[in-house]
Amino acid sequence: MTDFFVLAISCIFVNNILLAQFLGNCPFLGTSKKMETAVGMSMAVVFVLVMAGIITWMTDTYLLKPLNIEFLRTLSFILVIASLVQFVEMFLKKSIPGLYAGLGIFLPLITTNCAVMGACLINIKEEYTFLQAVVASFTYAIGFGLALVLFAGLRERINIARVPQPLQDTSLGLVTAGIIALSFYAFKGMV
Amino acid sequence: MTEALLFMLGLGGACGIVLSFASKIFYVYEDPRIALVEENLAAANCGGCGYAGCSAAAEAVVTGKAPPSVCVISSPEGISNVAAVMGMDPGTAEPHQAYNMCEGGTRATDKYHYMGVTSCKAMSVVFGGMRDCHIGCIGLGDCVKSCKFGAVTMGSHGHPVVDDNKCVGCGACQKACPKDIIEVKSMSEKLLKFNQKHDPLAPCAQTCPAEINIPMYINQIKRGDYLGAVQTIRMRNPLLLSCGRVCPHPCESECRRGIEDEPVSINQLKRFVADYEMFSGARIPIKCAPDTGKKVAVVGSGPSGLSCAYFLRRIGHEVSIFESMPKLGGMIRYGIPEYRLPDDVLDWEIEGILNLGIKSYNHVKFGVDFGLGSLMAAGYSAVFLGVGAWKDYELGIPGEDLEGCFTGIDMLSRRAGGEVLDLGKTAAVIGGGNTAVDCARTMLRLGLEKVYMVYRRTRKEMPANEVEIVASEEEGVEFVFLAAPTKVVGNDDGHVTHLEYLQMQLGEPDASGRRRPEPIEGSETLLEVDTIVTAIGQSPEASFKQDPHPRMAELELTRWNTIENDPETLQSTIPYVFTAGDAATGPSLVVDAIGGGRRAARSIDLFLKGEKVEPVVDSLQHRRIKESIFTTVKGITPRKRAKMPELTVDSRLDSFVEVDLVLPEDQALKEANRCLSCCRLCYNPDIKTA
Repeated sequence: MTDFFVLAISCIFVNNILLAQFLGNCPFLGTSKKMETAVGMSMAVVFVLVMAGIITWMTDTYLLKPLNIEFLRTLSFILVIASLVQFVEMFLKKSIPGLYAGLGIFLPLITTNCAVMGACLINIKEEYTFLQAVVASFTYAIGFGLALVLFAGLRERINIARVPQPLQDTSLGLVTAGIIALSFYAFKGMV
Repeated sequence: MTEALLFMLGLGGACGIVLSFASKIFYVYEDPRIALVEENLAAANCGGCGYAGCSAAAEAVVTGKAPPSVCVISSPEGISNVAAVMGMDPGTAEPHQAYNMCEGGTRATDKYHYMGVTSCKAMSVVFGGMRDCHIGCIGLGDCVKSCKFGAVTMGSHGHPVVDDNKCVGCGACQKACPKDIIEVKSMSEKLLKFNQKHDPLAPCAQTCPAEINIPMYINQIKRGDYLGAVQTIRMRNPLLLSCGRVCPHPCESECRRGIEDEPVSINQLKRFVADYEMFSGARIPIKCAPDTGKKVAVVGSGPSGLSCAYFLRRIGHEVSIFESMPKLGGMIRYGIPEYRLPDDVLDWEIEGILNLGIKSYNHVKFGVDFGLGSLMAAGYSAVFLGVGAWKDYELGIPGEDLEGCFTGIDMLSRRAGGEVLDLGKTAAVIGGGNTAVDCARTMLRLGLEKVYMVYRRTRKEMPANEVEIVASEEEGVEFVFLAAPTKVVGNDDGHVTHLEYLQMQLGEPDASGRRRPEPIEGSETLLEVDTIVTAIGQSPEASFKQDPHPRMAELELTRWNTIENDPETLQSTIPYVFTAGDAATGPSLVVDAIGGGRRAARSIDLFLKGEKVEPVVDSLQHRRIKESIFTTVKGITPRKRAKMPELTVDSRLDSFVEVDLVLPEDQALKEANRCLSCCRLCYNPDIKTA
């Protein structure tokens, strides 16, 4: 149990996928202008990342490893994740229209997102067990959501502040992201 | 290598098979129109419409949440294609444009200075913004930042300026503005906008019954943009040539300059630009919204009917005018003499309105030649009744039916229709209103030697316009004040010889604040005249009630014979019948009728769209915004008001040539520069005060 807790803390804070690994920068900058969008995106990531974590772990363990073709990992993961998201989208549209409407366009947006891909590859690299992989995927997504929502809150404030012309918008966004990342480095060594 | 290829092929195939089965199992019926609509959107996924991507926008269109014009960068063709897919009328596809209503900017006074805040949204949270005026533009440019098309820029005076060529009407600036100062509207919406309590309006613009944006058109005159001024006036008043001549300009009595100095001669400036257009030889093209396919019948072609028809046509409805007289114009043709409003001027003005594509049928009388039944059968969905007030009140004294007795409107309209009347040498006009003065001045021009005006109160109480009274004095009308007619005396042939009246004295003020005249016993006096004209007021002629259509019984009249209506919507007791002008209010100003015609056009439009005919929210009709009415105005140096040029008395009496002349250009410019360009609170003073 403690192991899982440590794993969760490590994935949410210490190895935060956005701020420590610097993966998934496009949605980090693209969907963080409004709190509403940031929350929608975070929900979608939680949903997709857990599903993707499971399916890629299974692909790797039951297909790639037995066949000794691990070098096709990245390629096959892309295919599997993309198909999965399409599948889930269809499933949700039919069975849970409420959730489908809530996730909106974010679901197809993260079909081939590097944060999702990255997390799945890390799961394999760290040689997690199935359960560990599930927990890690879920908590990576939580970390993603946490960082995105924090960042969106900051950017909403920056929007009404006086910013010198050359720094406006994305430039200041990156600077801010860097500073938050530094503060997340304080978690290093905790685990 | 081979096994890798085989593996990927297998994996891809497996995924494909799973997905194709899934798409079969999880198939959800989707309106096929969504795909069709999406094809016609710009497919840029720009988000300008406010929906998450083009497919979301397409879905919103199909579910009726968004209009066919949802896509802000789509071509008009694309919009009409979408409208066609949806089977909607393309009228809703009229383009929208942003415009800024507040021109206060940096001239508006600040309540406080708050350094560091750079957005209007943040500023408005703090005590409603730093400006004194709680509705005005804060000027920090949230709208400029929100515009994705670079159409909004911050002008040099500290308020946003919209570039019409770049604006796509997406509405982002309107959403960004915390003060509702920048608005995005289609032309139709702008034409049907009415003054509201929260609008940035100068006192004059609040007072004008037609709600013309007076400071804006005077500003355009200052810049030399006379045709622009004409267009500004035409947004509210299609009869600017007529109004520029006959309007008693209630706006001028609220003019802020008038508090410390003489008011700006607003109406003469209106006439100046209106005449400028007429004499320029070309008409400014007037735009109309796309056709809606709805038909409206306008009964009566007076100022209210013409105004209603004009606005309905401009917002895309098909309009036909029905008129009982030989020519269009109603009371402004037949009630206002030619020396005040020449026929050729009126003809030119009415022609411009008919040129928009309005059909007119003359010589047909409502209730006789046609009625509600025939209009409905002919496919008209709504009827506007602007029949005016043509029935003169009678005095109710003995001898009134003798030969030589006329009533005011009857005489004026017969004369305007070209009839030659036998009026003898002397005449008495009974009454003190504008119609009475018009009758007196008309008779002088018809060659009568002596014209008396018999009025039961004094000059001070005369309801006629001051300028009209002065002109009639100059022309030699003799006034008999404090006189109440008691009897018309005739000779054996049944022709008028004398008017007998009782002399009066003023007593206590009555309900209207005017002192009540009381008769002096035994003071009967005889006035020797050949003709007596009674002009003591009119009421609508309600003969149309004889229309046998069963619906007609539902049309209620008031006890003054006016058509019962809701004063805010001008809807009568029959839902599809609307009214305005004298028929609704009783005898009133031309400009009231014009404003009423536009208000009725708004209600008719709502009715035709199947929406509830509701009053304008926070309507300002006849009311003033309290904070905008000042008692003192700082920074004024008195400057003489332009004097209206007019014909000399000698040269005017032998013809019906127009008496009042138009201001020369230099005078008009000078007069325009007397305008303080007021808004709700701020204005441009003559001298800057510290």
